[in-house]
Amino acid sequence: MLYRENGQFKTSYAADQQIFPIAQDRLAIGLLLLVAFVVMPMAGSEYLFRAVLIPFLILALAALGLNILVGYCGQISLGTGAFMAVGAYAAYNFLVRIDGMPLIGAMLLGGLTATVVGVLFGVPSLRIKGLYLAVATLAAQFFTDWAFLRISWFTNNSTSGSVSVAGLNVFGMPIESPVAKYLFCLTVVCVFALAAKNLTRTATGRQWMAIRDMDVAAAVIGIRPVYAKLTAFAVSSFIVGVAGVLWAFVHLGAWEPAAFSIDRSFQLLFMVIIGGLGSIMGAFFGAAFIVVLPIILDQVPHLLGIPLSTATTSHLVHMIFGALIVFFLIVEPHGLAKLWSIGKQKLRLWPFPH
Amino acid sequence: MMNDMPQAVQEQSAARRTGDVVLDLQNISLSFGGVKALTDISFDVREHEIRSIIGPNGAGKSSMLNVINGVYHPQQGRILFRGEERRRMEPHMAAAQGIARTFQNIALFKGMSVLDNIMTGRNLKMKCGLLANALYWGRARKEEIEHRVKVEEVIDFLEIQDIRKTPVGALPYGLQKRVELGRALAAEPSLLLLDEPMAGMNVEEKQDMCRFILDVNDQFGTTIVLIEHDMGVVMDISDRVVVLDYGKKIGDGVPEEVRANEDVIRAYLGTSH
Repeated sequence: MLYRENGQFKTSYAADQQIFPIAQDRLAIGLLLLVAFVVMPMAGSEYLFRAVLIPFLILALAALGLNILVGYCGQISLGTGAFMAVGAYAAYNFLVRIDGMPLIGAMLLGGLTATVVGVLFGVPSLRIKGLYLAVATLAAQFFTDWAFLRISWFTNNSTSGSVSVAGLNVFGMPIESPVAKYLFCLTVVCVFALAAKNLTRTATGRQWMAIRDMDVAAAVIGIRPVYAKLTAFAVSSFIVGVAGVLWAFVHLGAWEPAAFSIDRSFQLLFMVIIGGLGSIMGAFFGAAFIVVLPIILDQVPHLLGIPLSTATTSHLVHMIFGALIVFFLIVEPHGLAKLWSIGKQKLRLWPFPH
Repeated sequence: MMNDMPQAVQEQSAARRTGDVVLDLQNISLSFGGVKALTDISFDVREHEIRSIIGPNGAGKSSMLNVINGVYHPQQGRILFRGEERRRMEPHMAAAQGIARTFQNIALFKGMSVLDNIMTGRNLKMKCGLLANALYWGRARKEEIEHRVKVEEVIDFLEIQDIRKTPVGALPYGLQKRVELGRALAAEPSLLLLDEPMAGMNVEEKQDMCRFILDVNDQFGTTIVLIEHDMGVVMDISDRVVVLDYGKKIGDGVPEEVRANEDVIRAYLGTSH
């Protein structure tokens, strides 16, 4: 079926303001959800869930959170790893210190704690912009690295400095098997992606984007910069915090502060930039690019039957991966999401030139 | 440019413009470090009138607008808005009092569509919080749609229906100016500040813009403070004109008076007028 919107007339503003106004898009997203929720759990291998899909989903969620701050509100942050760590350790403490704390409860409380810390570290954004703000958020990173390593209360006085959770369950259903973990992450990601999309297409998102594009003009039409920036920090760190909980609880199971180091912050920032600033879809593209592509590249020599040692493959993967990042940024500085939308725009007319 | 307007309409709108003083600026002085931008300037703006500010480049016209809507804070002087003296105020408070404006260099939100840009103009009237918006259910959805209806009225008024989904960065200059006016109008302001709305436009675009300004003034009764360099336009559509030069006021009055003022002619209009 051709990608056409002929004959799809909008007779109400409600119809015009839906997330996917074109029928073909709705069909595609429905099919994608069907595959993700029904086909994958039946067909996927354990390796696929553990090494590919679960990390992809969780990092996509973290990138989504970061994208709200960087892509929508224009505030650069290098403290994403820190906010993930705050979420993870806070949820851990809520779980071990409060009897009968359910997983969802701990996860949301972890997110809320990350929100508080995020807003606190967001306060400098009221005064400083751009790279200077990035450096200021770096403070969050160093501070949490230090705090979770040195203050043993946060790790429940664990002697090794590493903490672990076990026997996770949601409403009595155990989250132990890879499929259960995958479905849990997928559900959380879908809920947050929808909520984030709703925020960005309503007044809240317009306030963020107005601050990003022209802060003086935004103030003149009545947007309070303080409120807009701090809500962006709050929402962003909440989502990032929840992603941190998932990363620690569901993906790792046992972790130490190094799991949320500065590398993680950079990795997420790259995902957002490569995927597309200011796009919900971009967070998923970016996560797919950074998480999935190296794994696929790793398989290529094997699939083609080229005899290469593991070490050579691994070096080649790094080189090709780096080259691809540069290539995509040159082709489309606005990220993969922009390429995607250009492609869709072209497809609307294809094969006719006009 | 108003010549083709029927005489009756002109008289009617002129009658409407004899309102009370809404904005009274008294002895405003503003300086940046050692540079004096405005020196002891006083003038007032009456309800429903079109009040123009003219003057050569660097005369302090834009600074004057920035003082009115709270971007700059004058060191001296009093500002009375609707009879109340204003303390130090921030731009968003001025917006809350019904003051909207456009900028000399277009200040649209480049990454957003025309529709979204104009929707931001409704920001102060939208009350739903974060959580309601995140759910986009019930109240938040209803509010979005209600305000969309209002924004569509503005879009119809400015005749930009065909570009409502276009990113503003992709639009030609004249249309961007029009969208910026739309964003200001969406706030349903009682006082509209326009900073060179016709700069860089061709004749047709200027005529369109004049028509919009006069229609806004006429249909909605909006008070307008206008900065413009095109003397033909200013003299045609203004009720009263204030002339600035080097941060000082050198003339004030109806267009005919200003045109005849010796200081104004010397400073600005040139002797050939």
